[in-house]
Amino acid sequence: MIAEGEILDVVEKVVDWSPADQTEALLFVSDSALTRFANSAIHQNVAERDIKLSIRVVVGKKIGGASTNNIGDESIKEALSTAIAIAKNSTEDPDFRSLPEKMPLTELDSFIPATAGYSPEDRARAVLKMIEAASAKGLTTAGSHSTGVFAVGLANSLGVRAVSKLTLANLSTIAMSKNSSGYAGFFSKGVREIDLELVAKIATDKALKSQNPVGLEPGVYTVILEADAVADMLSTLAFMGLGALSVQEGRSFMCGKIGQSIVGENITILDDALSPETIGFPFDFEGVPKQRVTLIENGVAKNVVYDSYTAAKEGRKSTGHALPHPNIYGPLPTNLFLRGGKSSLKEMIASTKRGILVTRFHYTNVEDPMKTIFTGMTRDGTFLIEDGEIKRGIKNLRFTQSIQEALKNVEILSCETFLKSTFLGTCRVPAMKIGKFSFTGATEF
Amino acid sequence: MKDLINLGLNHANILGATYADVRIVRTTAESISLKNGRVEEISSASDFGFGVRVLANGAWGFASSFRLGEKGVEDTTALAVQIAKASALAKTKDVFLAPVELVQASYRMPFSIDPFKVSLEKKLDLLAKAEEILRRNKGVKISQASMNIFRRNQVFASSEGSYIEQEITHCGAGIAATAIKEGDIQVRSFPNSHGGQFGAGGYELIESLKLMENAERIAEEAVALLSAKDCPSTTTTIILDSSQVALQVHESLGHPAELDRVMGAEISLAGGSFLTPDKLNKFKYGSEIVNIIADATIQGGLGTFGYDDEGVPAQRMELVKDGIFVGYLTSRETAPLLNRRSNGCMRADGWSRIPLIRMTNINLESGKPTLEEMISDTDEGIYMETNKSWSIDDKRLNFQFATEMAREIKRGKLGALIKNANYTGMTPTFWGSCDAIADENHWQIWGIPNCGKGEPVQIAHVGHGASPARFKNVRVGVRK
Ligand SMILES: [Zn+2]
Repeated sequence: MIAEGEILDVVEKVVDWSPADQTEALLFVSDSALTRFANSAIHQNVAERDIKLSIRVVVGKKIGGASTNNIGDESIKEALSTAIAIAKNSTEDPDFRSLPEKMPLTELDSFIPATAGYSPEDRARAVLKMIEAASAKGLTTAGSHSTGVFAVGLANSLGVRAVSKLTLANLSTIAMSKNSSGYAGFFSKGVREIDLELVAKIATDKALKSQNPVGLEPGVYTVILEADAVADMLSTLAFMGLGALSVQEGRSFMCGKIGQSIVGENITILDDALSPETIGFPFDFEGVPKQRVTLIENGVAKNVVYDSYTAAKEGRKSTGHALPHPNIYGPLPTNLFLRGGKSSLKEMIASTKRGILVTRFHYTNVEDPMKTIFTGMTRDGTFLIEDGEIKRGIKNLRFTQSIQEALKNVEILSCETFLKSTFLGTCRVPAMKIGKFSFTGATEF
Repeated sequence: MKDLINLGLNHANILGATYADVRIVRTTAESISLKNGRVEEISSASDFGFGVRVLANGAWGFASSFRLGEKGVEDTTALAVQIAKASALAKTKDVFLAPVELVQASYRMPFSIDPFKVSLEKKLDLLAKAEEILRRNKGVKISQASMNIFRRNQVFASSEGSYIEQEITHCGAGIAATAIKEGDIQVRSFPNSHGGQFGAGGYELIESLKLMENAERIAEEAVALLSAKDCPSTTTTIILDSSQVALQVHESLGHPAELDRVMGAEISLAGGSFLTPDKLNKFKYGSEIVNIIADATIQGGLGTFGYDDEGVPAQRMELVKDGIFVGYLTSRETAPLLNRRSNGCMRADGWSRIPLIRMTNINLESGKPTLEEMISDTDEGIYMETNKSWSIDDKRLNFQFATEMAREIKRGKLGALIKNANYTGMTPTFWGSCDAIADENHWQIWGIPNCGKGEPVQIAHVGHGASPARFKNVRVGVRK
């Protein structure tokens, strides 16, 4: 792994050498490994070391970008001249103001040496525990176990200098019988925090409890979503409309709704990379310090997140949510929180006369971003609840549901929250019970 | 280059690997996107590195690095062998690879105009003109035009003695108009959604797309959709345009026919497959007119290449014949499970990832009628065009797709515009209800540049030839 000092040397070099009006250099460094297992054996096992130097230059109001994974002097110069040639041949962007100015940054302690030093043998031993726990119950198992170190360094010609590194560790597993499966996972910066026995127990319990599932007629049901399903739903919602670009382009469900109640009073959603309860870098990919942003508070639409470009357009300040340049998505909240309640999963189940318990979703996709309608399947542990008890496993169902409507009907939230890794970053969310959730189809297993 | 490759292969051998392959890959890419009259992105990316895949103690290990010097190669190879030995701590049987012919070869995808040599000015001009036409329509709130070009140069060498150099060039472009009114959002894209149409070849492909010529129509359709009626919730006959048929083939046959997936390799993430080995040569996948071919050899497809990433030559094989499921996409490791040799479907996303079984060009063969005949032959139904959203269960049975635009079919004629159309079904029932596939004049190869699979996730470029097709008794208009 390249040291943090070396990372800064590279990005400073780019800024020093650039003849452009403004220059930004962003260096990603990663050293990661992932072990996959299926049919109770390791079948794929990989490691990768990569870097990416991404350069953004501004010439007048024209912008160009180039990236390379070779940080030799010649390669840096070539990327720089490519970026400048692109900028010169581009057209002016009248809305562009400036790259961000230097601001004081906080430091986060997100680097765990035990994760960085985790070996292929360590991963294999953890996987063996999953395999042994499953086979002790007559089940097979599959999943993945990964660890990695990720660093980012940034410099721009206005004096911004930022560097940070963190570690990530993940274990995801399903245990399977002939006709059922159960999922469990744990995501953390510290690999030693993963409770292997607990993960194995949750997965095997779910697989055993959901054996011989029966088909259930699709329809509107009370549903209890465990944290993985909630995280999937929340990140989908955020991607659709909690970034400033989607609002400025008029395609967000938040358009014209700031200050209005849009979901239930028990729903508070925020983004806070600096919280010790999540894992994130202390600055965004323009070097702006991450702000804690309340997006929805007690059901009321409060705010969206900004990068320097979208902020300048409204004459306000970036909230520190820029994605790496170039990107077509605009700023997005990558460290989401949905505030928990006072209850527990147990109480949710006990309070349900008839409903469905969902472990996680599969293949969710947006059908209407303004009405926040998404569809997807349940998988790896879907249960019928009757008279306050988990009655039995059911075959998986398809839902077609407005997320906003679902969040108007949340009856109970667990006080315990869980950190989940999603396509958008991280989400810390509780389990929730929703009064009405629309299942529109069914499958054979 | 050859010296470094030999160093890696020898080092693996010394450390105890029984098989090794090395891939050195350079990718170059350029992206341009315009939105609402301004340049949203112009960027150039280059990426270079190598990956070593080994078998040691009967199990797989892989390591990759951007540092391509002697030390980098030695360290990375040693890590790959260490990882393989760790894999062997949790193995149930030794990996066996089907034999393969050894080859010394080079393959270069042909193109007429090198897209990397076309000036940025010319590319911007083409996109800006099309995007400007979209914007002329005042009902369009978001106008977009984009272009992506991509090249991969790679060397593959195995400890068995194969050495293959390949160069592949892909490009594509598209436009999209978004109309928004009072919480209603409608998008029209051309030639396809999710970035447009892609193919293997040079800038001539982009010039042939006729973006400008179609911009006015696309803008009008997006705006007209705002006042269209909602898709009825019913069961009816649907006709899908060829790009939506292509995606339907991708999700409901391409993925479930991947033999690694069938054997459980993806079960905890992307899922398994309903096409279990007992179904081979027996299972009625679709109606008799359904014939689906995997073909890595056709000109212009995103899934066309000379050799796969195990050194197996590109092939053409039947997957569905007269409605019966007859073939899988395979690799050297999976093919022996069916007593076969690999049919050459292993591809990796660059140097840093292992090869997985990926679709090549999975093509639905054309049928007899013209599209016009199919419509005039339909008493009542819905015509749907251009994918908006896709979702399918983890065995690839229950699917739901939404399309950007639809039209009523009444007494053999296309009628009123329909918005928010979607359809859902179960794969074998759906393909079993396919009663017409349009002729070769309507057949087109579509490029999908964003097919995700594996962990860490890999993105593959795959192709699908398809004609418009008609399906009976399909549930449409699924709403909460
Ligand atoms: Zn795919």
